[in-house]
Amino acid sequence: MATKSIGSRAVVLVPYLWLAFFFLVPFLIVVKISLSHDVVAQPPYRPLLDLATGWDGVRAFLSELDFANYALVLTDAFYIESYLQSLWIAAVSTALLLLVGYPVAYAIARAPANWRPLLVLLVILPFWTSFLIRVYAWIGILSREGYLNQALMGLGLISEPLEILATNKAVYLGIVYTYLPFMVLPLYAVLEKLDETLLETAADLGATPIRAFWQVTFPLSLPGVVAGSLLCFIPAVGEFVIPDLLGGSETLMIGKTLWTEFAVNRSWTVSSAVAVLLLTVLVAPILFYQRQQARAIEGSR
Amino acid sequence: MRWTPLKTKAAKNVGAMRRAFAPWSDPAAAPLICFVGVTKRFGAVTAVDELTLDIYEGEFFALLGPSGCGKTTLMRLLAGFETPDAGCVLLDGKDLAGVPPYARPVNMMFQSYALFPHLTAADNVAFGLRQERLSKTEIAGRVADMLRLVNLTGKERRKPHELSGGERQRVALARALAKRPKVLLLDEPLAALDKKLRAETEFELMALQQRLGTTFLVVTHDQEEAMTMADRIGVMDRGRVVQVAPPEEVYEQPSTRYVADFIGDVNLIEARVGKRKTLDSEIGVIRAAGTKAKAGVTVWLALRPEKMKISRARPTDAGNCVEGRVHDIAYLGDLSLYRVRLAGGRELKVTEANQSRRVKPPIGWDDKVFLSWALDAGVVLTR
Repeated sequence: MATKSIGSRAVVLVPYLWLAFFFLVPFLIVVKISLSHDVVAQPPYRPLLDLATGWDGVRAFLSELDFANYALVLTDAFYIESYLQSLWIAAVSTALLLLVGYPVAYAIARAPANWRPLLVLLVILPFWTSFLIRVYAWIGILSREGYLNQALMGLGLISEPLEILATNKAVYLGIVYTYLPFMVLPLYAVLEKLDETLLETAADLGATPIRAFWQVTFPLSLPGVVAGSLLCFIPAVGEFVIPDLLGGSETLMIGKTLWTEFAVNRSWTVSSAVAVLLLTVLVAPILFYQRQQARAIEGSR
Repeated sequence: MRWTPLKTKAAKNVGAMRRAFAPWSDPAAAPLICFVGVTKRFGAVTAVDELTLDIYEGEFFALLGPSGCGKTTLMRLLAGFETPDAGCVLLDGKDLAGVPPYARPVNMMFQSYALFPHLTAADNVAFGLRQERLSKTEIAGRVADMLRLVNLTGKERRKPHELSGGERQRVALARALAKRPKVLLLDEPLAALDKKLRAETEFELMALQQRLGTTFLVVTHDQEEAMTMADRIGVMDRGRVVQVAPPEEVYEQPSTRYVADFIGDVNLIEARVGKRKTLDSEIGVIRAAGTKAKAGVTVWLALRPEKMKISRARPTDAGNCVEGRVHDIAYLGDLSLYRVRLAGGRELKVTEANQSRRVKPPIGWDDKVFLSWALDAGVVLTR
């Protein structure tokens, strides 16, 4: 019995160890860098912990850490603007995703049962091509001489090419396109489980199909709406590739700012502070998501 | 099967009120619901087959049949969830074709209850009223009335998962009745309840129906349920109604072998009608009152187990008497069931009420016994 309980405890420990080594330790390193100062050296920040100098060394190391980078990030309008614009773009994208994803998920859930696996597969299918290639493909579609403008001009619908690439429109489009499966799948999971007799009951009690949707289907699909929205919103806030490739100079997203800080300005310390603050900003929706999940699990009992 | 009518006070009162109620035998009465030549097919399966049936206002009507006989489909045709392939459904003389479910003045209580899990008991009951855009005070009043009617006062704010099975059933009932429908449809209303609660609920439903005067159409596969509650029973077989009659008539005067066999327990004895209206049967020559068939026709005598007497001595004045050996005895408490094997190998079932508290039964295994019954104890069936 005793060996078994040790064994089962070890099994439980594995994910915690994984999280400790590959999430917590790297995160603490980032936090430490964010509290340091830039120097022109290798690595490009100070202080460095030198355990050979003993306790005095540790104290000296700790005394050199401060919040200067955070003060900089939180007072500079550039960073604030980046955060706000990231949140805004992610929020608008999530709303658009919901608008597009809900009907898709609903249609799949209402399709004949033997079609559904195929339709779900089609939703996931884009993942089989590299994300980067798919985003690059949009450049070919959206650019001034791209397929979209050529097609619209060829049809005579427009006389001047549309400016989509290098604007926020292209960023929205890119996010909605790449994140759609993350919205559709949780919604589908909820809608597919919805008991159809509930809709018959609603109709029986005098609800027209539209009212039955808003009073029964939609409220019962809210766990899916929350899950899908957060699965899209959280990564979209920190998105780097899409604003970098499809956005223009006006697009100030925090992922891009962080990259610029790190790769162009070579300030590891400021970019670390930006990253830690980004995480802090996202903790709120993540906690909200977890509470929703816990409630959904409780409710289903 | 054992069908023991519960003789409670409520049952007697309801019964007394019911005795006079028989609009189906009044030629001037117009039926509330008419199924006229209704056919419904699902692919190759014909669920309802050219069915014609009239149901009268204020009736408690039970559709009884085994699963797959089309009874639920018939109900769904009335609720509007299915459209007939042929024929029509009339309510109050008006054809319901093209009227969507949400515009029909009938409400249904689903077998699964189908309570809205995100709404409280009160909001579930209010759902139908909200669709009518009634004022808030009126809705609140009607919801309180309905919950009082089904004894759920105090549980208004509970969600369905916080209610017991019986409470959920009553919320579903209150919700279906809240809109004061012309017809209340009940799909296997008691199937999910345990036996005790089911018996209680049967009488509650009857009392409720008497009080409201609403026409109840209940679908069930449980004959006890149908016989307890219904004014009339429609026995269904493969998409057709084979007999429509009050419970006593269905039991005592079944129209076909199928009905006789489905309702209660029965011995079906195949026979050929003889020259003097005798029945030349597999258990010997017997006689039965009311044999109308011509000589030479094959008929079946439907003989209920409780209509026969079992005795060790040969009875002197019985209309019919056969001899056999007790093959099996089942002691059921209130009565004992004997399986008696006759000389030809045919087995007959006989029941006898256990009227005294004898510990040792007077008849045992392998005893030689006589089965006797009166001339009018059985029904001669030609189909």
